[in-house]
Amino acid sequence: MTRSERPVDDAARTAFHRRRRLAGSVFAVVCGAATLVGVVALAVLLADVFADGFRELDVAFLTSFASRFPERAGIKAALAGSIWIVSLTALIAFPLSVAAAIYLEEYAPRSWVTRAIQTNIANLAGVPSIVYGILGLALFVRALGLDRSVISGALTLSLLVMPVIIMAAQEALRAVPSTIREAAYGLGATRWQVVRTQVLPMAMPGILTGTILALSRAVGETAPLIMVGAVGFLAFTPQGLSDSFTVLPLQIYNWVSRPQDEFRALAAAGIIVLLTLLLTMNAVAIILRNRYSSRS
Amino acid sequence: MSTTYDIAIGSEGPALEVRDLSVFYGETKAVDSVSLSVPERGVVALIGPSGCGKTTLLRCFNRMNDLIKAARVDGAVEFGGVDLYDASVDPVEVRRRIGMVFQKPNPFPKSIYDNVAFGPRINGFQGDLDALVEESLRQAALWDEVSDRLGDSAYALSGGQQQRLCIARTLAVKPQIVLMDEPASALDPIATQRIEELIYELKKQYTIVIVTHNMQQAARISDYTAFLYMGKLIEYGPTDAIFTNPREERTEAYVTGRFG
Ligand SMILES: Nc1ncnc2c1ncn2[C@@H]1O[C@H](COP(=O)(O)OP(=O)(O)OP(=O)(O)O)[C@@H](O)[C@H]1O
Ligand SMILES: [Mg+2]
Repeated sequence: MTRSERPVDDAARTAFHRRRRLAGSVFAVVCGAATLVGVVALAVLLADVFADGFRELDVAFLTSFASRFPERAGIKAALAGSIWIVSLTALIAFPLSVAAAIYLEEYAPRSWVTRAIQTNIANLAGVPSIVYGILGLALFVRALGLDRSVISGALTLSLLVMPVIIMAAQEALRAVPSTIREAAYGLGATRWQVVRTQVLPMAMPGILTGTILALSRAVGETAPLIMVGAVGFLAFTPQGLSDSFTVLPLQIYNWVSRPQDEFRALAAAGIIVLLTLLLTMNAVAIILRNRYSSRS
Repeated sequence: MSTTYDIAIGSEGPALEVRDLSVFYGETKAVDSVSLSVPERGVVALIGPSGCGKTTLLRCFNRMNDLIKAARVDGAVEFGGVDLYDASVDPVEVRRRIGMVFQKPNPFPKSIYDNVAFGPRINGFQGDLDALVEESLRQAALWDEVSDRLGDSAYALSGGQQQRLCIARTLAVKPQIVLMDEPASALDPIATQRIEELIYELKKQYTIVIVTHNMQQAARISDYTAFLYMGKLIEYGPTDAIFTNPREERTEAYVTGRFG
């Protein structure tokens, strides 16, 4: 087709341009509305929770155990339990997941076995959490005889978050440019030196972000912990790995399900505590990430 | 068939003796039965059209091709009488003795000092690290520009400075041979000239193999030139002879710019 044969229908072209611009505007409005739905829902939820729970939130609430009497009930056991569980889960899952990710990315041969493992990890990340609860019950509580304890809960949640952390860590390792690896190898570094001195530090911010996100999910988990025996009513904080425990979401659920309005308010206060814990974890993630990126 | 001139080999013997070297990426042959010897303390330039296998050949000299899963190497590269591809040879040790500077500057995301100190540190250097860093930066003609900001990020340097930093980083390991893959291709004429002057200085102490697309550069800095075409070594000899009086028609076509 030569230049002179091109369609030069100006009217048609103008109409086309107008339609195209209109489509763009409509799309922007739809996207904006979708964002607004999320933001408004969150704002309403928070306003509602704060209106109900803020009155209950005081030092006594944080330092008292659960009670049949709403005015005496507090969240101490559940808060301590959640902190125990999430810290132990981090301690167990983080090193294991990072090691697994390093193996898969840097050491594993590109064989069908590796591919099968990779596919399995991706699938495990999508398995419903209750299934991990059943596994934890059979494996840790019964087979290993760890009983309904903090360590059973932490091990179960570790299984739950590991696939997610492994995949986040692999992604972060893969994002390290190959030119950096080549530079280090070219100076006579061993594979382990390349990983330890260059690749891992560069990937660490991404790994930490993925880890904290996974742990934030774990803090909100209830079902698998009920399976491995978290209790809804506890009048002491865990002192060791083999003690029984409860966690914030479970305590909140326990309060919500009571008929008295006072307990509802306690539940709202519990939600504020849970949200604060989550925000603290995210803040820690941001601080760690900034520390790492400013050092390199 | 290829043409190879007599290469003047000093009493120490060649720095590298390449024998019948072929490299495959999967099924494709990127380097085809290349044999050549690199003399001690000389500069050898590898020239040839894009995709002819210069980088691939260069990366064989310090076993960088090991890092590419698809690459397979056949033949021998002798270094001090030992075949680098012998099963008993540790590629890590090879890369320590035969350093490499890459086409694009690739400093680590660390300070200038730590970039240069990285190689000595991982190789267990016991001595005055500060002095070694200064010596290496001086050799790379970068010291005067960075001596007062060694703690700054290497990313704050210009491209040409980064490339000289990468050269300093390579020299800090005290290699016997330095391989350079188009070290000046991303640089402006002034930075390029500085790198060339640097190579001129370095060849007093080191054996250098350099890949370049720039004919004038090859003519200026090298003692010997190898012309590669489609993975084959077409002609290898003293740079003067290759540029003024090549024996192969394809070489002449290429060095005079009538390639096609
Ligand atoms: N990692 C790789 N996997 C597969 N094929 C490759 C790989 N690297 C290079 N090749 C192929 O090998 C041949 C030689 O490539 P090489 O990079 O050695 O060329 P070159 O002479 O350095 O080219 P240039 O001047 O463009 O840098 C090319 O055909 C290229 O497509
Ligand atoms: Mg190349």
